[in-house]
This record gives sequence, structure tokens and C-alpha cells, in this order.
Amino acid sequence: MPREITYREALREGLDEELAHDENVIIIGEEVAEYNGAYKVTEGLWKKWGDKRLIDAPISEAGFIGMGIGASMLGIRPVMELMFYSFAYVAFDQMMNNAATCRYMSGGLTHCPIVVRGPANGGTNVGATHSHTPENIFANMPGLKVVSPSDAYDVKGLIKSAIRDNDPVYFMESTVLYGMTGEVPSNDELEDGELIIPLGKAKVKREGSDISLIAHGRAVVTSLLAAEILAEKYDINAEVLDLRSIRPLDEAAIMETVRKTHRAIYIEENKPFCGVGAQISSMIMEQAFDDLDAPVLRITSADAPAFYSPPIEKLQLPTAEEIVERALTIC
Amino acid sequence: MAAKTKSKPTAEYADAPINASLTDEDKIELLRKMVRIRRFEQTSLKHYQGDKIGGFLHLYIGQESVAVGSISLLGDHDHVITAYRDHGHALAVGMGMNECMAELFGKATGCSKGKGGSMHYFAPDKNYWGGHGIVGGQTPLGAGLAFGVKYKGLKGSCLCYLGDGAINQGAFHESLNLASLWDLPVIYIIENNGYSMGTSQARSSAYPEGGLAQRAEGYNMAWDKIEGVSIYEIRAGVQKALERAHEESRPTLIEIMTYRHKGHSVADANAEKYRTKEEIQKYMQEHDPIDFWKRTLIDEGVITEDDYKKMNKEAGDEANAAAEFAEKSPFPDESAIFDDIYWEVDNNTEAGRTGRHFFHK
Ligand SMILES: Cc1ncc(C[n+]2csc(CCOP(=O)(O)OP(=O)(O)O)c2C)c(N)n1
Ligand SMILES: [Mg+2]
Repeated sequence: MPREITYREALREGLDEELAHDENVIIIGEEVAEYNGAYKVTEGLWKKWGDKRLIDAPISEAGFIGMGIGASMLGIRPVMELMFYSFAYVAFDQMMNNAATCRYMSGGLTHCPIVVRGPANGGTNVGATHSHTPENIFANMPGLKVVSPSDAYDVKGLIKSAIRDNDPVYFMESTVLYGMTGEVPSNDELEDGELIIPLGKAKVKREGSDISLIAHGRAVVTSLLAAEILAEKYDINAEVLDLRSIRPLDEAAIMETVRKTHRAIYIEENKPFCGVGAQISSMIMEQAFDDLDAPVLRITSADAPAFYSPPIEKLQLPTAEEIVERALTIC
Repeated sequence: MAAKTKSKPTAEYADAPINASLTDEDKIELLRKMVRIRRFEQTSLKHYQGDKIGGFLHLYIGQESVAVGSISLLGDHDHVITAYRDHGHALAVGMGMNECMAELFGKATGCSKGKGGSMHYFAPDKNYWGGHGIVGGQTPLGAGLAFGVKYKGLKGSCLCYLGDGAINQGAFHESLNLASLWDLPVIYIIENNGYSMGTSQARSSAYPEGGLAQRAEGYNMAWDKIEGVSIYEIRAGVQKALERAHEESRPTLIEIMTYRHKGHSVADANAEKYRTKEEIQKYMQEHDPIDFWKRTLIDEGVITEDDYKKMNKEAGDEANAAAEFAEKSPFPDESAIFDDIYWEVDNNTEAGRTGRHFFHK
């Protein structure tokens, strides 16, 4: 029986292994230590690693993230948790200006090996201030890397790479995914003795031949559901490609699936304007125009702030039904 | 409710002119406001647990005296803004239980049409400017409301509430400097309930001996520290700051000591881990602001225990009726998703009709 653990547990394992792997790795954030994490991602780590490695921060996002950037210049590898990625906006200058440009402005004399991680999703009725999805915003800035894992296997392998990476990596999770289980081999089942997934490698999560559903984050789960419906009800065989990492981006994998199916939809829980899908569809148009049998479509969250009311917020996010409906218009 | 209240009102506060002028009716009204807040929240908790309410629910139970005492002092040009633990302030400024409960239920009849939820109540007609979910985010707005009042030449102020955890946000420090530098009539009220989520004040804040508000000295600003269980003490202290705002257009930073009986939010699984059961019990039994004010009024001969029971029942009935109203109200229409984003579009102006504003599909 392959081992099944939750996304949350897989993430925690990755963090735990990196704390063991490098004594310069530290975890800083609100309620990450004594409280065991607002979403229990870091549960047990403070007990195991103590005050030096797990640090509870006051509610001062600009301060503690900026501090992490400074410390990283001396070789510390801070992994900083945002209780919600929405709170990144409080630390925007540090994350966008300092982390992204110090290397450039110093002519390569400095670098910034930090990770800022936390849930970046809507759909949990916590209102507009707590439901932002800023992956496109941060991916817009050269110097930054943006990762958005959709399952337990990926989140473990990607967090380990993110921590070992020598550039700032913004790692966006989802509170909705934390409880989802998936197969994650234990280290003794692995040839290399550990699970490392390089940033910039997309993964085909479902093979298909008729249409490519390309997505990141939780939208991958929604796309997989849609692919099942398309197969069962409409005899359409969809391929689902999970970007996993948004910047760096696996351009080759995108073109490969498009050349195979000749149709593509980009699905994301991000907003539409200059969303990740806008970048992808423009690249497909430039590089695989002759392979397309239909325009590339994009499915995103509604172009509005998150609505609190539970039944209405549900309508704001992409659903499998919506994907099926749009897919049928081009298949 | 346990009759063990230990805190005692000192004559000093009861005799302050602002309290000496209170009629019996005024005093009863203050009690009624606190009781209504508590029954409203207890009822909301029941419906949260019954899955009628989504998202977060941060209860104010134990802190009612702070909002009720301070807001009772306000006039036409005094404004209020607070964080996400906002139900108490909302009812204290006179918002109705119906629209507040319907907001929690996500209904179209809610104060924010079901869009904001528990953390984002608004009522500009009552000088109540939210309900803000980002810790510390409301503090520059508080300075801005005070700026607006002053700019218009009005004698008014803004009461801006924040938690003991919020004082460590940069935006708050910038606000303090602006408020003092530009002589803004803003009163920052730190509701110190001892914890920011599971982090005690000692683990989150560096501060001088006089407490959190003494940080104001660094900004050449007046400050005060108030024991929050007593309505008399709160009113006497905040009144001084209000006079400073009205007469001198100067800001004040006030720390009011209080305690939340419940967890940080209803989802706080560790509510009894980072603080002891004994500590919680002690505050509930000996420093409950409602129990305290009730005792005060009974001692003063203003009410009887039976009057209190009746008031309590009426508030409970009102809260239940509000829940029924909320339950029966319709959910917002799907089309409401694209309303209330741009003023120009909502009002179908020339500007609102020019260029594309939305990009869905
Ligand atoms: C910028 C930001 N960071 C973190 C949070 C998550 N959060 C919400 S409330 C809270 C604790 C705030 O404590 P305090 O200011 O003392 O207010 P209290 O909850 O005690 O009323 C935290 C960490 C948030 N909403 N916004
Ligand atoms: Mg607090």
C-alpha cells in the first residue's frame, strides 16, 4: 500500500526535513511555534526544534519579512509563514522591492534565499480582505519565483526545493487543500532517499488527447474533476497539465500538450485581468498558433472582490461544470 | 451570572462630571446595550455552530464595556472605526440586530448586503466606518476620519479601536506620528485583552512600564491607561481624551484593560491551551463588565435583580427574532457580485460607461 498523507502533513514533512538538512533554515511567522500554526502546518515543529529555529512573530508582516530578507544576506534561510497570503500586502514593499531587486541593484553581489509561504485562496467565506490570490502579481516581478502546488506529493517536493533555492520563492498554498490526502512515498521508498521536485517543471496529472486543461493550485483539482465528467458524459479525453511552478515556468510542457490536443483552456482561481492564464494564452498564441484548432480560453474567479455570503462566493470560483461547459464550446 | 464581582468602582470615577450627570435611565440604557451585545453574540454563536454562518466569528464577549462606555460619549461629529471584532461597536453605535445578524447569515438584508460578513460591518449613517479584517489596517483610516472632521472645521473626533496585537503594525506607528504631527483629533483605543490569538502580550510587545499606551510619549502624544471592567472609569477616561480632541485638536492613545471570554475566533481550537482555565474562570466570574455594572446599579438602587432578568430576557428575545429575520431573508442575487465595485458603474455615469471595467469571460 502506498503511503497516503494530507497536503498539510506532506508540507510539514518537507519543512521538518529541511530544518534537519540545514541548520540555517528557520521558520518565522505568527503563531507558527507555540500555537502549532494557525492551520496546523507547523504542528510539533517547535517542540522538536525549539525557540531558535521556530520563531513566533508579532503581527508585523513588513517587519519580520523584511528582517528575514536581511538575515538571508548573511546566509540564513528563513521560511516565513503568512497566516493568509492576503497579508503579503502589508509587507509588499519588502517582498516586491527589497527581496526582488537587491541582487540586481548590487550587480549580483547579494542574493536572497527566502521562502514566504501560506494559503492564497478564496472560497472559505472570510471576506475580500482574506481571500486574495496574488500569484500573478508576484510573478510579474523579475527576481521573484512563484510556486503553487496542488497536491500532497508536489507540496513536499516543491517546498524542499524552494528552501534550497538561492532566490526568493513565494510559495502559495490553499486552506482548502490542507486536508486533502494524496500518495507521498516515504524516504526509504525513494531511490535518492528524499523527495525533491525542481521548480519550473510542470506535470501531466491526467493524460488525454482532445483538449488541454492547464492550471495551477486548487484549479488543478477542479480541472481533474471536469476531465472525468468530459470523459464520462461527452467522450472527450482531456489532458490536465499542472504548472506547479508559475515562475520559472515550464514552457515546453505547455507547448507539448497544446501540440498534442490542439485545444487549451487555462483554469485558475486568480482574477482574470493580467492573470496567469493571460500570460500562458499569449505564449501559446505566439508559439503554437498553427497547432490550435480553437482560441485558447481562460476560466478564472469572478472579476470582483470575494463575496462573504457562502452560496454567492461559491459562484465566484471556477467549477468543474463551468470548465465542462466552456470546453464543449471548443471541442 | 455569578455574583462574585471583585472589581469595585472608585468614587473618583463615579463622581466625574460626565458620570455624575447620568440619569437612572442613562445608566439602565448602558446596561441594556451591553446585555444586548452579549445576547446577540451568544445567539450568533449558536447559529455558527448550526452552520448558518460561514467564515470567521470573533466574539466580543467580556469586552462589552469598552465599546458601550466609550461610544456613549459621542456626539454628531464623532466617528468610530474598529477591527474585525466589531459586533459590539456596531450595536453600541445603534445598528440594529436584524441587519447585523443577517450579515452573518450572508443575506441580502445584511448591513453590508452579505458581502462583508462578521469582520466587515459598516454603517456610515451612524458614523461607523467598519469593521476591518487586516490587523492594524484601520488605524491610518482613523487618522483620516479625524483629518476629515478637522478639515471641515467641525468639532468632532474619531475613536479608532485596535487590539493589543495590532499595536505592532507599522501602519499604526505611522498613524501615531501623523496624528501628533498634524494635530488630528483621533483617539486610539487599544483594547488590551491580553492576547493576540494565542500570543500573550508579553510575547508580542516591547513596551515601557506604564504599559502599551506609553509608547505615545515617543510621539509627543497624551496617553492613558484604564481598567476596562467599569463603565464609569471608561467614560471618565475617554471623556478627557474627547475634550482634548474637541478643544485642542490633539490625539490621545488609551489602553483599556479587558478580557475576551471566548477563543480568538470560534475556530480557535487552542482557546484553553495558551491561557489556563483558571485564568478564564477568574475573569468571567470576577471581572465580567456586565455583572459589574449590574451590581453597581443594584447597589445604587437603580435596578433590581428582577429588572435585570427582564432586560436579559428581552435582549435574548430580540436576538432570536433577529436570527429568525436573518433566516427568512433572501440570499443576495448572483448579479450582486458585480455591484458595489465602482461608484461610477453603479451610478451609470458617463465615466462608468466609458471603457471596459470588468473582465470576466
Ligand atoms: C495583517 C494581518 N495579520 C494577521 C492577521 C490574522 N489575525 C487576525 S486577528 C489576529 C490577532 C489580533 O490580536 P489583537 O490585535 O490583540 O486583537 P484581538 O483579536 O485580541 O481583539 C491575527 C494574528 C490579520 N487579520 N491581519
Ligand atoms: Mg488582543
